[in-house]
Amino acid sequence: MIQIQNLHKSFGTLEVLKGIDLSIPKGTTAVIIGPSGSGKTTLLRCLNLLEIPDQGNIQLGDQIIQFKAGAKLKSKEVVDFRKNTGMVFQGYNLFPHLTALENVMEGQVTVLKRSKTDAEAKARKLLEKVGLKERADMYPHQLSGGQQQRVGIARAMAMDPQVLLFDEPTSALDPELVGEVLKVMKDLAKENMTMVVVTHEMQFAQDVADQVIFMDQGVVVEKGTPEQVFQQTSNQRTLQFLNKVSSR
Amino acid sequence: MFADQERFDRIVGILSDSFFPILKAGIQFTIPLTLITFVLGLILAFFIALARITNIKVLNVIARFFVWIFRGTPLLVQIFILFYGLPSLGITLNPFPAAVIAFTINVGAYSSEIIRAAILSIPKGQWEAAYSIGMTKSQAMRRIIIPQAIRVSLPPLGNSFISLVKDTSLAATITVTELFQKGQQIAAYTYEPLWIYIEVAFIYLIFSTVLSYLQNWLEARFERSVAK
Repeated sequence: MIQIQNLHKSFGTLEVLKGIDLSIPKGTTAVIIGPSGSGKTTLLRCLNLLEIPDQGNIQLGDQIIQFKAGAKLKSKEVVDFRKNTGMVFQGYNLFPHLTALENVMEGQVTVLKRSKTDAEAKARKLLEKVGLKERADMYPHQLSGGQQQRVGIARAMAMDPQVLLFDEPTSALDPELVGEVLKVMKDLAKENMTMVVVTHEMQFAQDVADQVIFMDQGVVVEKGTPEQVFQQTSNQRTLQFLNKVSSR
Repeated sequence: MFADQERFDRIVGILSDSFFPILKAGIQFTIPLTLITFVLGLILAFFIALARITNIKVLNVIARFFVWIFRGTPLLVQIFILFYGLPSLGITLNPFPAAVIAFTINVGAYSSEIIRAAILSIPKGQWEAAYSIGMTKSQAMRRIIIPQAIRVSLPPLGNSFISLVKDTSLAATITVTELFQKGQQIAAYTYEPLWIYIEVAFIYLIFSTVLSYLQNWLEARFERSVAK
């Protein structure tokens, strides 16, 4: 499980996260929603240390990292932490010089030092799981956006992370390709993968989330079950946001 | 152009007699000099590029200073300083090593900029994706960034390579009997500079052409996997 306490992050004088406290139990899916600039993507990037928070602490499994302004983390600590988190990016960020299969093998071989044979077997299994068994030998530019994103999910899964982080995984996709990616994510949720998802897909949040977190201006405004946040909320800011999103 | 049959026969005779000696000088000296200095130069260039990219200030300054000096002064002058100048400090270099050192430094200075630009052209998302699967900086560099940067830098490096083939003719000025020097010698005793130097140019052209085919082949190999 993930425990976040009093997390702060500033870029220059702009305070993007103003003390975030969250708890995401093992095997559950947390969906973070909120207007752009609310800090939700920064929060997600802090969870695998692509951004280093200024203050607070994050616990993942039995590893706890504390952040203090000016203190530098050991690079080993950072790498170990990242090994336990998988990230799926808005722009896929597949490695263009490697095939789908090699993309999913790369981290297993280079980072986890698995043998090529084991890594390939695992990669093929994961590609099959995301419905791309037949595309294993294709390069990213030969795949559609939805297919690339599914390879991205397989790549993250291949590291056996304790948590999968999704940064607006469907925002860059053509509308007709969104469904195939969400379906893979739903399947993962059903298998009790721990997931933190930043998304604008409210239906997905409603259907899949165990916990919906509404962020605005660097703070968590509200969190609860989809029902609590979507149907029962009386918070003005939440209502305003939901209104805007649903009237699109 | 040819006053009579006898003159024509003489020129044909000289050209056919000199073709293989000049070609041989090219194969013996021009090609090895080109290949050795290009490989060494690229290794040097790679480290200069890394020194410029790293956030260690001292290395940045040293690398920039190096590039500034060797891009800002003529190659011919550098060669002369090495070969004719250093002996007065007690350092005497043989012609071929002197040429290798001068060309290596030159390739290093110019190509470092190409390599640096290629590395910086790889999108930030590639670094992040590499980090996100737990790679260290050096793993990300070796496995993800460099392979893509090579592809980006191949066309401009190919140009540097072709230039280098021709620049090696400067080695003639420090008595390396490479292709051009051989041509000079033959032109001197046959008194046919026009025809001999055209022949020399022709042989350079053959070398450059073969090498650009090699370049195209390499580019195609790396292009295969990567989207436009």
